Amino acid sequence: MIGLTPEQLLFLLRGFGWTIVLSLLAFAGGGVLGFVLALTRVYAARPLRVLAMLYIRLIQGTPLLILLFLTYFGLPALGLVVEPMLAAAIGLSTYVSAYLGEIWRGSLEAVPRTQEEAAACLGLKWRQRLIHVILPQALKIATPPTVGFMVQIVKNTSLASTVGFVELVRAGQMINNATFRPFIVFVLIAALYFALCYPLSAWSQRLERRFDVAHR
Amino acid sequence: MSPIVEVTGVCKRFGAVSVLEGVSFQVRPGSVVAIIGRSGSGKSTALRCINRLETIDAGQIRVCGHDVTSPKLDVNRLHRDVGIVFQSYNLFPHLTAEENVMLAPRLVLKMPRSEQRELAAHVLAQVDLADKAQAYPSQLSGGQQQRVAIARSLAMKPSLMLFDEITSALDPELTGEVLKVIEGLASNGMSMILVTHEMAFARKVADHVIFMHRGKVWEEGLAEMLDAPRTQELAQFLGTELRPAKADVVVPQP
Repeated sequence: MIGLTPEQLLFLLRGFGWTIVLSLLAFAGGGVLGFVLALTRVYAARPLRVLAMLYIRLIQGTPLLILLFLTYFGLPALGLVVEPMLAAAIGLSTYVSAYLGEIWRGSLEAVPRTQEEAAACLGLKWRQRLIHVILPQALKIATPPTVGFMVQIVKNTSLASTVGFVELVRAGQMINNATFRPFIVFVLIAALYFALCYPLSAWSQRLERRFDVAHR
Repeated sequence: MSPIVEVTGVCKRFGAVSVLEGVSFQVRPGSVVAIIGRSGSGKSTALRCINRLETIDAGQIRVCGHDVTSPKLDVNRLHRDVGIVFQSYNLFPHLTAEENVMLAPRLVLKMPRSEQRELAAHVLAQVDLADKAQAYPSQLSGGQQQRVAIARSLAMKPSLMLFDEITSALDPELTGEVLKVIEGLASNGMSMILVTHEMAFARKVADHVIFMHRGKVWEEGLAEMLDAPRTQELAQFLGTELRPAKADVVVPQP
């Protein structure tokens, strides 16, 4: 009907699956590193704080495409051969960590200082204050922007196609090369991205509204 | 009986501003001390120095056997012995009243669950909020929130309680219910320091009143001193006049 064989459609869907896998890897890797960055930015000694800030500035000022080239072409030049998927996951995680680090730093700082003070005055140690008082409140503040940023991650995984990772866009390009039906192929790809991203942004907006109401 | 709080010659600056200029006073165990004075007179800062929320630049502070100025001070132990209640309550908004009260006994005292609950029920009853155990702070009035905050502090069984203008954010009716709780504590022999603007209350519960002015203890004595101020500044603060004969006398600065 649309001029694509079932095998070609399946190939596209498999690419879509890898897009999801790469998004999750980037979010997990970037999340862990971003969390450490956020804690460093708020609680660490000054030299470390500055270091974390410089890292974030540097990554935020670098195109993701360059980060991906650096991990895919740069690491082998240093003697580290990496699979396209690993290279893409490392590049994306680096990128994501800088943004999540900043979002979460803001969330930690949005919890009033007096909350930590009150917890300290009850004899809670730093770890206990963080886990039982600060993080539960920061989590609520961080959720809407974090979910919103996940949309960016999903869309940005398309750049991994440039380092030879066969995710949705790369799969589409390959099928297009074989079928010469660019319109139908790329509309399909756009629809698949939309199907993934729209629920996320709708969810983020709903969370934001709920959060606003709670604070009115 | 040796004092539970000994503040000696304490100086504190915030940048170029000198907030405390040689403050000294003592608190005997079981007594209630009220610190009064204008905004900016240093009374809240003095209170915060006592449990190390602020460090000091000079002087000495001893509280419940802890040398607060020592670099070796175990701040967590100090905070176990000294409870503080703030003007803005600072309850944990994500926890119910009961959970607010149980958090520190659970984490700091490692109390078993059943004991935590018993303790929470006991201290919440003490502040007359037994029926609000399951309520979140946002579901409580200001007065109720402040009473939960008091219960939360009491749960750690402190030897000394500090109250930092705890009724300043409350309307007169709610103020009454909070002050009633404090009165109950006082009659049970709890050692307390209250920074307050409630003169009538200070007169009623305080054994000892300290009037601070420009970072100094300007005048101190029994609660009766509020009826017969010796300095122009205290008289002015209380809104009364010194007798004319005395008003012209220049009072030596303490």
